[in-house]
Amino acid sequence: MFPFTYTRPTSTPAALAAGASGGRYIAGGTTLVDLMRETVERPDSVVDIAGLPLGGVTATRGGGLRIGALVSMTDAARHRLVRTAYPVISQALELSASPQLRNMASIGGNILQRTRCTYFRDISAACNKREPGSGCAAREGWNRTHAILGTSQACVATHPSDLAVALTALDATVHLIGSAGTRQVAFGDFLLQPGATPHRENALRPGELITAVEIPAHPRPLSSGYLKVRDRQSYEFALTSAAVALHIDGGVIRTAKVAAGGVGTVPWRLRAVERQLVGRRPTPQLWARAAGHAADGARPLAHNRFKLGLLERTVERQLRVVGGTR
Amino acid sequence: MTQPRNAVGVGHARVEGRLKVTGQAGYAADHNIDGMLHAVIVDATVGRGRITGIDATRAQAQPGVVAVISHLNATRLTYRENPNSNHPPGERLQALQDDRVRFFGQPVAVAVAATLQQAQHAASLVTVAYAAEQPALGLGEGTPNAAESYARGDTTGALAAADVRMTMAYAPARTHHNPMEPHATVAQWDGDRVTVWDKTQWINATQAELASVFDIPRAQVRVVNPYVGGAFGSALRPWPHVIIAALAARMTRRPVKLVLTRRQLYFGTGYRPAYDYRITLGADRRGRLTAMEHTIRAETSSYEDFREAVTAAGESLYSMPNVRIDYRSVALDVNTPIWKRGPGPATAAFAIEVALDELAHRVGVDPVELRLRNEPEKDEGSGLPFSTRRLRECLTTGAREIGWQRRARPGTRRDGDWLIGIGMAAGNYHTVSAPAQARVRLNADGTAFVETASSDMGPGTYTSMTQVAADALGLTLDTVQMRLGDSLYPPTPPHGGSMTMASIGTAVLNGSDTVRRQAIDLAVKDRNSPLYGTAPDKIVVRAGRLTVRDQPGRADTYERLLARNNRDHLEAVGSYTPNDAGQRFSMSAYAATFAEVAVDASLGLIRIRKLVGVYDAGRIVNPRLAESQAIGGMVGGIGAALLEHTVTDVRDGRIVNANLADYLVPVNADVPDLKAVYLNGEDPHMVSLGVKGLGEVVHVGVAPAIANAVFNATGRRVRSLPITVEALQ
Amino acid sequence: MSEELPKGSVSRRTLLASTASLTGVAATNTLVAPAAVASPAPAVDAATSGQVSLRINGDQHTLTVDNRTSLLDLLREQLGLTGTKKGCDAGACGACTVLVDGRRVNGCLTLARRLDGAEVTTVEGLADGDELHPLQQAFIDHDAFQCGFCTPGQIVSGTACIAEGHTGSAAEIREWMSGNICRCGAYTKIVTAVHQAAGRR
Repeated sequence: MFPFTYTRPTSTPAALAAGASGGRYIAGGTTLVDLMRETVERPDSVVDIAGLPLGGVTATRGGGLRIGALVSMTDAARHRLVRTAYPVISQALELSASPQLRNMASIGGNILQRTRCTYFRDISAACNKREPGSGCAAREGWNRTHAILGTSQACVATHPSDLAVALTALDATVHLIGSAGTRQVAFGDFLLQPGATPHRENALRPGELITAVEIPAHPRPLSSGYLKVRDRQSYEFALTSAAVALHIDGGVIRTAKVAAGGVGTVPWRLRAVERQLVGRRPTPQLWARAAGHAADGARPLAHNRFKLGLLERTVERQLRVVGGTR
Repeated sequence: MTQPRNAVGVGHARVEGRLKVTGQAGYAADHNIDGMLHAVIVDATVGRGRITGIDATRAQAQPGVVAVISHLNATRLTYRENPNSNHPPGERLQALQDDRVRFFGQPVAVAVAATLQQAQHAASLVTVAYAAEQPALGLGEGTPNAAESYARGDTTGALAAADVRMTMAYAPARTHHNPMEPHATVAQWDGDRVTVWDKTQWINATQAELASVFDIPRAQVRVVNPYVGGAFGSALRPWPHVIIAALAARMTRRPVKLVLTRRQLYFGTGYRPAYDYRITLGADRRGRLTAMEHTIRAETSSYEDFREAVTAAGESLYSMPNVRIDYRSVALDVNTPIWKRGPGPATAAFAIEVALDELAHRVGVDPVELRLRNEPEKDEGSGLPFSTRRLRECLTTGAREIGWQRRARPGTRRDGDWLIGIGMAAGNYHTVSAPAQARVRLNADGTAFVETASSDMGPGTYTSMTQVAADALGLTLDTVQMRLGDSLYPPTPPHGGSMTMASIGTAVLNGSDTVRRQAIDLAVKDRNSPLYGTAPDKIVVRAGRLTVRDQPGRADTYERLLARNNRDHLEAVGSYTPNDAGQRFSMSAYAATFAEVAVDASLGLIRIRKLVGVYDAGRIVNPRLAESQAIGGMVGGIGAALLEHTVTDVRDGRIVNANLADYLVPVNADVPDLKAVYLNGEDPHMVSLGVKGLGEVVHVGVAPAIANAVFNATGRRVRSLPITVEALQ
Repeated sequence: MSEELPKGSVSRRTLLASTASLTGVAATNTLVAPAAVASPAPAVDAATSGQVSLRINGDQHTLTVDNRTSLLDLLREQLGLTGTKKGCDAGACGACTVLVDGRRVNGCLTLARRLDGAEVTTVEGLADGDELHPLQQAFIDHDAFQCGFCTPGQIVSGTACIAEGHTGSAAEIREWMSGNICRCGAYTKIVTAVHQAAGRR
């Protein structure tokens, strides 16, 4: 680990000032400390934001939910408002990592966590995300866990967050604060596909902080849930996952929100699947037909072709589970 | 007369349990010395080639950095021939002695600094330039070494004439032991004497290696290692980091701690090699085997020819007149493999037991019945009679325990989204023993201690040896202290291969018997003893009290006896030397493992529902510990079957999943109901304790049992390991 | 496989990168600094280290630490509390599990500097004198370990699992104890031990 200075501001303006001068924010630290130890991250200055007032889970006036950036994954997952209104969020969180890591990691940090691509994490390998222009060792290397959607010539790394998949499905908004003030970014615009610049992973401007994520109100009743498919039954990142939220009224699907994880360079909204669902009656045949569009546009690599079919079946299964048909 | 058996056979709790649950048990890296430096290894980032330059300028300029050592400046080491440290044939890697890179991750330098943080940082700043060459990786790429062959009968003719002939290729993946404790060495020199606290399964091997490398007498090397945080074979030989730690300590004249990172364990220690194991079998229509041909290829390094007992099962597990085996290692640009739990038989069992399942399906015979039909009357490989072989009983007991009668045709049993299947596999592991010694001392206060160099990596050696000694000395468990893991204690063979109980246990028994007899002799010749003049063979000892059989009133105690005779202790060094039973009998422990699995019909996920293992392992010294061994062997088997796979990037030899987030081992949620059954009994031929060893055999048949259950669930035959979702798409 | 490395291959790029960085240095034959030069105490850069004041197992400590020091390394290398183990140093095994302010965390990913004012409990702090914590006793009773290396992390994690109330069923315990790997495979017995200790509360 490279040496760094450490500060712990107690106010947001002080933190922003430290961030503006190049400080790297640390919240839970589960990604940053790990990557600093691998020397993938080499900040000169670490700014501890744990003391900032960015906690709390609150209902918004519009009937949605606001989760503070520094709320731990554990606390967010078990919060009554989250559990009752958005089980898909609780489930995505509790299927992530381990109890220890969930106690440490924050909501903001979870969204910003960096890829698990083995070549990104190994400084002796070529990686455009870590070292722009150095190449991508994963494309022709071992890429079983890599992305099939949203990839580019420069990068095929998967976004690892489960929570972000649920937030993508639910049309969440990311609340930001910087020295120029506050702003909001739609979740779908917040995490960036790699394109030619895989080192740019999100819409944060230098020194900006996430203050909260907001989930808008959705028509009720809303059934939602998260399915995570992985080799090991716990403590592992997803091979594929599906976040599904359905509003079914009068026997007809009125709104459908579906996103997939483990398959994209960013959490992948499955709008083609949603279009198949809306306005139709839930039946097993519908789930299969809609899920058949889950991998539309996917480009598999040498070792992850299996994700095409697996993604479709993951989505089909979770549509059935959430949609309540046998 | 023989001593009453009060402790042996009883499921006592671990004697070191309190130390382990309070964090007081000291493993190698727990040893801290004032003024100790920390060392961090720099690994090669090419898979083969030469080092053309090392720039340590930035590293050495960092605060606290004391040295950066590489082949450019390392002390020349002697590396005498050393046949005593489990090195395979070949030329062992000489740490930091030349510019050659033989495999990706090879140590090329070491940074030494005052703190761990400083050493880690310095290591990351060392820049190494290479002239890289394309490494040979993968079993199809390298040069096969000379064959290890076996043949009986006319295999070619029998296969040609067989009613049923089948050819299959099996491919179990390379796997790493991944003990929870990373390998670690703390080294301290005092002139030309060195002491190391080293994670090892063989104290005396580390001792011999350090003596040979540094060209000093063995007596000047002390190796200490009272606790080993799991090893499963990975610590059966000293790896280069042990030498590097001692070298760094010698060059800096300070004690040095060197702990491998988790990533470095994948390059810096061994692994179970990947295999290409092909079988052609012939059988009659009732499933009776007539011939089997085994063509076996396995990874080894370019500099050492690692082999394991992978041919034994093919020679003798089942009855058939014709067998041909061709086993070759393949030299590749990788580090050298090492034995891993059930070495050889675990791999062979995957191939042979899945092949038998395939045959059973082909001829329509129940897989358990098929094995019973091929049960041999003697060891057809060696021609020797079995000492004891109760595999039939293992098979029938296991079938009953799992509910074998519920087994349906492949792919037909369903529970919601899940396809349910049951499978089984048999296996054996040859009983091994080797010369060992143990010092037993009875103290004047009536307590005793036993010293022997063996490690205890988790099977419960502290406890089981205490039980053996307590019975033989006639003491209670709490008055006998077992001391392990120090080269100052009498030498022992490797703590592996399931030989510890037979070898060291017998030495402990022998030493304890000798000391008890010394005490009895003292008593019967002591005019002041109530036992004076009694025939020694009439005396038994219980709880430190010597009594005459049938005359409980006549008694003496160790404490009084030693006090009256002005003896502050009695002592003997017990020893074990294998007898000739191995030339007269075929000796193995046997296992039948049964698995019930559920496979998600659309997602391909596999979940273990139940595992049952039934074992013929001779006498069980401690049933509680034996059960733990068995369920541990099953959990390891779940990993091998479904999760574990060391993945190499074929372009450069980089292991791409060299961490515990990507190299998956089972977690708690993967492990359901496990049941272990040990058949009552003992094997009278090899050692008086009647044990056959159990640490290996409990692991041997687990992966094939699961693979066969997956077939029964899905109708899909998977011949490679691990079995992951891809295979069941 | 071809003799040539594929384009964009790892080793070639690595080689180029490291060769480039050596320009003008050319195979420096570095020398070992004589031991006499080495400072007996760690040379610490004031800008990248600092003070932290925390309680560990009830004892107050005020220490100067290198900012890079993890709680795990602080415990093991500076304070001699070696009961907490390093299994992976990357949050992937749970051997380093300790309680910080009552919550279980991975000590390896916790920077010590961040713990000013924190209350840390390690395996050494669970027993009440000679009286073992009920979960420690349960681990012995059920033989919930073999080599013992993951055991401190398992037990600390188990106490938190019980405090959190995640002990309603064996399946629940299995899931909520899955952050602690046991390579000896004592899982079923760990579940039994946690279940027993939870029942005694």
